[in-house]
Amino acid sequence: MSDVHDHQADCAEAVERLYYFLDGELTLERRAVIQRHLDECSDCIEAYEFEAELRLAVSRGCREQVPEQLRVRIAQALSIEPPPTR
Amino acid sequence: MVSLMADQATFATQAMEFMPSLYSAALRMTRNPADAEDLVQETYLKAYRGFGGFSEGTNLKAWLYKILTNTFINSYRSKKRRPEQTEIEDVEDLYLYRRLGGLEGAAAGRSAEDEVLDLFTEGEIKDAIEALPEQFRLAVLLADVEGFSYKEIADILEVPIGTVMSRLHRGRRALQKALYEFGRDRGLVGDRDV
Repeated sequence: MSDVHDHQADCAEAVERLYYFLDGELTLERRAVIQRHLDECSDCIEAYEFEAELRLAVSRGCREQVPEQLRVRIAQALSIEPPPTR
Repeated sequence: MVSLMADQATFATQAMEFMPSLYSAALRMTRNPADAEDLVQETYLKAYRGFGGFSEGTNLKAWLYKILTNTFINSYRSKKRRPEQTEIEDVEDLYLYRRLGGLEGAAAGRSAEDEVLDLFTEGEIKDAIEALPEQFRLAVLLADVEGFSYKEIADILEVPIGTVMSRLHRGRRALQKALYEFGRDRGLVGDRDV
């Protein structure tokens, strides 16, 4: 694993912050610290890439086509509703 | 009157584009196509009736998901009489990655793990999500499928952000364990102790 500088995250920190990083929930500073580690640590970048790929697979696996009759049903249900009031 | 008609038209043009993602989420929530359709229809009716109270400039998708989630929790969840499971066995970080290790395919330009991910069918991915206890399933769906932020999920589920993060992270690890078990049952991945 890579050298640990005092301004740089180590592998344990990179793993700990993985989800926050992928979720875009880190501050810019914290993100940069992790990024510097990833730039130098092939073990961690592989793990990050795997987790990102897995998330894509989950997201793709959950896409569904809306049944046409549902669109029709909803359009019909809304058409007999009184207009929304302000 | 003009403004009311404008509201109707606005709702139709703005809200309808979210139907595929709302329906996909509804299917994962209810695990049943008939219930999912009813849930989405009810969500649109409630949203339409409440559209006047929706303030322009706020996130319409998040607002629709809040209605969807509340309707699911209040109407559909109660159909099953069993108590909701709130604890799951937690596993370590990088659970699946470490078990798919070996990385022998890396030289071919694609990593071995990417190939293994392709081996999970959409059905297995759906089953793994649907097997998660509800509170973990909702968090994972909202974050990983719909891309909502922690703050948005906290607003949708009406729980603190810390609770969102905890459910999300535990749910993701449980999902990895379920996928690993599918892979192991099909002989795709070996039984590895890491």
